Amino acid sequence: MTQADGGRVRALLRSGDKVLRRWVEAAEEPLRGRLTTGELGRTCSDLLSVLVEATDGGLDVRTDAYAGARGFLTELSRDWARRGFSPTETASAVFALKDALFAAADEDGDGDLATVLEASRWVDALGLVTFESFARAREQVISEQAEQLLELTTPVVKLWEGVVAVPLIGTLDSARTQIVMEKLLQTLVDTGSEHAIIDITGVPAVDTEVAQHLLKTVVAARLMGAECTISGIRPQIAQTIVTLGIEFGDITTKSTLADALLHAMRGTGVEVVRRAGSR
Amino acid sequence: MERVPVLSLGDALLVSIQIDLQDNTVLALQEDLAERIVSTGARGVLIDISAVDIVDSFIGRMFASIAALSRLLDAETVVVGMRPAVAITLVELGLSLAGVRTALDVERGMKILRALSDRREVRQADEADADLVPVAEGGGPAAGA
Amino acid sequence: MTTSTGVEELPIRTGDDVVRVRQLVRARAQEVRLSLVDQTKLVTAASELARNTLVHGGSGTATVETLSRDGRSGIRAVFADEGPGIPDVDQALTPGWTSGSGLGLGLSGARKLVDEFAIDTAVGRGTTVTVVKWTR
Repeated sequence: MTQADGGRVRALLRSGDKVLRRWVEAAEEPLRGRLTTGELGRTCSDLLSVLVEATDGGLDVRTDAYAGARGFLTELSRDWARRGFSPTETASAVFALKDALFAAADEDGDGDLATVLEASRWVDALGLVTFESFARAREQVISEQAEQLLELTTPVVKLWEGVVAVPLIGTLDSARTQIVMEKLLQTLVDTGSEHAIIDITGVPAVDTEVAQHLLKTVVAARLMGAECTISGIRPQIAQTIVTLGIEFGDITTKSTLADALLHAMRGTGVEVVRRAGSR
Repeated sequence: MERVPVLSLGDALLVSIQIDLQDNTVLALQEDLAERIVSTGARGVLIDISAVDIVDSFIGRMFASIAALSRLLDAETVVVGMRPAVAITLVELGLSLAGVRTALDVERGMKILRALSDRREVRQADEADADLVPVAEGGGPAAGA
Repeated sequence: MTTSTGVEELPIRTGDDVVRVRQLVRARAQEVRLSLVDQTKLVTAASELARNTLVHGGSGTATVETLSRDGRSGIRAVFADEGPGIPDVDQALTPGWTSGSGLGLGLSGARKLVDEFAIDTAVGRGTTVTVVKWTR
């Protein structure tokens, strides 16, 4: 099958305002309520002029002539993905161009099968570009949310002057542990704190790799001139650590966050005393 | 080859590394420090590496060597300001810098040196007392010590 | 499919060259937005390997390029010399084993700091070490 030079499709695209009007009409149906007619009209009109220009280079959407058009579609689907459009809605808007082209071909009396096929194939290719960038944009949104979630679930908090802590909750994987640890160490620098506490009361289990990361963090903190205490080790985790043969060596561990805080405060020269007369 | 300047700060020496360390610079610094400790009678060495963005095994070994040789010359070494990324990398590399004291910043490093030298003075005073004067009953440490 | 761009080669003949290799690797790692910790790990590995090239190989080259695969970017650094080669690679990769005055953390340490590590060596022919670090 020979590669069409796109002459007839180009002619159809240029056949006047009718194509644009029909496109907007056809696209409006699946997008009902999502966009105003005005906004949809502007988007279609901008896209149409980019496409008309691109068809000068033929109908192969992978060529350089389509760089601008691909960029436009990528931008569009990213925007719509963020605004919560479904993949069907986004792709339908592009596929609606087909209706407009078929109608135009019919009217011009040039509605032969070859033209219709060519136009159809071309719009399909554009639809695929749109769909792909839509999927990519959604993935990006998901990974951004995952990052935000990580940010939310691992707050590094200041407990006392010179004492920061990170209460870890939920299952730890290697990647998450690493990010948390980097954040904790950076906080030591930013706040000038000499004590860090990693509280793992909310962690149901650790594997070898996670235990190693915890250990490495303690050693890294020491290299920076700070002391790091691990608190809240559950019996099962203590079992794991022993069974795995991981050496915790001279690392300070405390059973609760409160004990760890007391230990850290004593380290900074603070003594906690109960006032006489109180319980 | 660039040289790292060594500054005198009271009875301590301050080395602030602001350049990309080349192996020869590292070796030269080690020699300079040994000489300066002896010529100034310094009791402490502070190495500020807050501007250093990588420490590989060669540079890491320098810290350990400087700590060891200054100890022989009766001075303590504190490495201050190591960046988190550098610390994490060193640990991954398997280098824990045993025998090297560390602190978050120069100020805290100085505090450590002061505490060490106070302890040393007390010890020396005690030794002197023990050598020279029999401990007087109920006298405790001499007021002037 | 992995694609590679921006290949740059630097000679390693002096200690200053080792510093230049570090700077080049750092710049390229920043370009592909490796995290700060990953940048530091890669540059540290490059420093160890460049020193090996200089000390054990006599001299050689470092080649740095940017990789891209499945939407992730990475940096590949290749250290090549035509020195004596390594007779026993397994031994050379053992942490703490050293042929000279070092700590024996050069090769084994560099391997721990990167995502991909390959070594090609033959006695009398020289040594080529290739490392890659990918964005997370």
